[in-house]
Amino acid sequence: MPEIKNYTLNFGPQHPAAHGVLRLVLEMDGEVIERADPHVGLLHRATEKLAESKPYNQSIGYMDRLDYVSMMCNEHGYVLAIEKLLQLDVPIRAQYIRVMFDEITRILNHLMWIGTHALDVGAMTMFLYAFREREDLMDMYEAVSGARMHAGYYRPGGVARDLPDSMPQFEANKWRSQKEADRLNENRQSSLLDFIEDFCQRFPKYVDEYETLLTDNRIWKQRTVGIGVVSAERALQLGFTGPMLRGSGVEWDLRKKQPYEVYADMDFDIPVGTSGDSYDRYLVRMEEMRQSNRIIKQCADWLKKNPGIVLSKNHKVTPPRREEMKADMEGLIHHFKLFSEGYCVPEGEVYTAIEHPKGEFGIYLIADGTNKPYRLKIRAPGFAHLSSMNEMAQGHMLADVVAIIGTQDIVFGEIDR
Amino acid sequence: MSDSLKQQAEALQNHFGDKIQNLVYQFDEITIDITAADLIEVSTALRDETDFAYEQLMDLCGVDYSQLGQVEWETDKSSSTGFSRGVEATTMGHLTFGDELEAQDAEALRFASVMHLISYSNNHRLRVRVFAENNDFPVVPSVTDIWSSANWYERESFDLFGIMYSDHPDLRRILTDYGFVGHPFRKDFPLIGNVEMRYDPEQKRVIYEPVSIDPRVLVPRVKRDDHRYLDEAGTDEQQEAAE
Repeated sequence: MPEIKNYTLNFGPQHPAAHGVLRLVLEMDGEVIERADPHVGLLHRATEKLAESKPYNQSIGYMDRLDYVSMMCNEHGYVLAIEKLLQLDVPIRAQYIRVMFDEITRILNHLMWIGTHALDVGAMTMFLYAFREREDLMDMYEAVSGARMHAGYYRPGGVARDLPDSMPQFEANKWRSQKEADRLNENRQSSLLDFIEDFCQRFPKYVDEYETLLTDNRIWKQRTVGIGVVSAERALQLGFTGPMLRGSGVEWDLRKKQPYEVYADMDFDIPVGTSGDSYDRYLVRMEEMRQSNRIIKQCADWLKKNPGIVLSKNHKVTPPRREEMKADMEGLIHHFKLFSEGYCVPEGEVYTAIEHPKGEFGIYLIADGTNKPYRLKIRAPGFAHLSSMNEMAQGHMLADVVAIIGTQDIVFGEIDR
Repeated sequence: MSDSLKQQAEALQNHFGDKIQNLVYQFDEITIDITAADLIEVSTALRDETDFAYEQLMDLCGVDYSQLGQVEWETDKSSSTGFSRGVEATTMGHLTFGDELEAQDAEALRFASVMHLISYSNNHRLRVRVFAENNDFPVVPSVTDIWSSANWYERESFDLFGIMYSDHPDLRRILTDYGFVGHPFRKDFPLIGNVEMRYDPEQKRVIYEPVSIDPRVLVPRVKRDDHRYLDEAGTDEQQEAAE
């Protein structure tokens, strides 16, 4: 009987470590990967085609559902593209709010990443810690938009509404005693900005806790050091962006190099790795959380001192206030046209990119002068990262594939679109 | 136009000359059109020449230009009974299986492959557009050998638009289902799709059937140039932007 050497293994699409619906066809030599062929598209919803059939504003909700762990950043890329085509100015307060929520989103994303990555590699506790902080961040989302995840908060011309002056309160019920509710409400007594500042005070200590658990942990290091090494040159060739690129030692961050909104006024640092392995990318992302926290604090300080409008007064694109609509004929017409037909965007094509938590999130928008996009292309960072799976996994053991999926920070909402 | 981008546009013109069929500068972005025959040569130069140094292919996608500027509802006729309704079943939103779109200009090139390049050393971006010569069998050379990241992007463009990339190492479908027929992002592919899938308890397997839903358009695609789009001087902003 001939000895069977290579064999094919199906990993996913229903595997908890596949982060959704990744089907990996692995050609194995014993326990070593010879070739990895990711099959994607199981979550393909044709977001881009759907967007072509809807007025511009109605696609904002679809953007949340792309990378469903960093919702507001996706919206940001999309509204920036529309604003660029319309040459629309955004009020400065709205720009600060957007930067602040982009960074809240970055922490939200990185917490999800560290929780699941560590869980895949065998550190259960991290998951529980990360979700404890995510709860507070999602409460911020909820306070501002009413939704804990799919916010739909950014609009062309600003954001949907100003920051609220009070936070929603917990109530006692049969699962939660009055004492417990009071404890939860303790830092929710005043405005959202106070709640955010309180969080910024607490958060660096939490990151220290995560680092205590992982950074010098022997098992964590054995599972990540030297795994999935990508040189700077290959990282560029493979289309890596964001922490994946910085982990390989390329100093590049759109917030610094091509600043949008008010990032140019922010004081923060860009962490860069040296060896390009999973451990370096871990360190980069941990430091990014600390830096995001700094940015949030600066924005919150500014927002406390500077009230103002948060949505452009150009009622061709943004709805008028309710009372204007009731009292003014012009306002009524604007309101009706905006919500029935939308607005026409002048002909042209733009590409806007933002520094999304996972890398460069780009929107390529072709407008033909009508009220719907002619073509929308979403450049999702995860798509390029996952396409390098074969190169990164070759020669590693089967268990390392899980660590590589983790370090790439894969989310299928954006890859399959 | 910012200075560095102006220089970049000039450098592109000087270096490539006639190979650039068209150079558009709009919204602080440069777009160049080149032919499929020149693509490999121009791309290699764009990557290797230090003036350009576009180290990374950020994005590559297909575009179907066949319906550009088409609208679903024109309200030039108003009458005592009101405006016409946007219900003509000839536009892309209303398509169902077997329908054909209104005849387009057969001469015009339909499919383009659009690349977005980025240079980290010069901090520039560039958009390169290549039209496929043949509308029935669009072929564009693959740039996978120049930028590895093109691999999956070209597979995606092939899958969704049916653009063939010659010399691509592994041109398989990527996003659509195993055994999918058609190229869904083409403008003549119905938004509601062609087939739907369900489990059939009698045959005890998953079966495919023609779609049972009717297509509908909630908001028709319109193009307006009413006074909302006039600026204070009374000129048409859309006209200006187009110029």
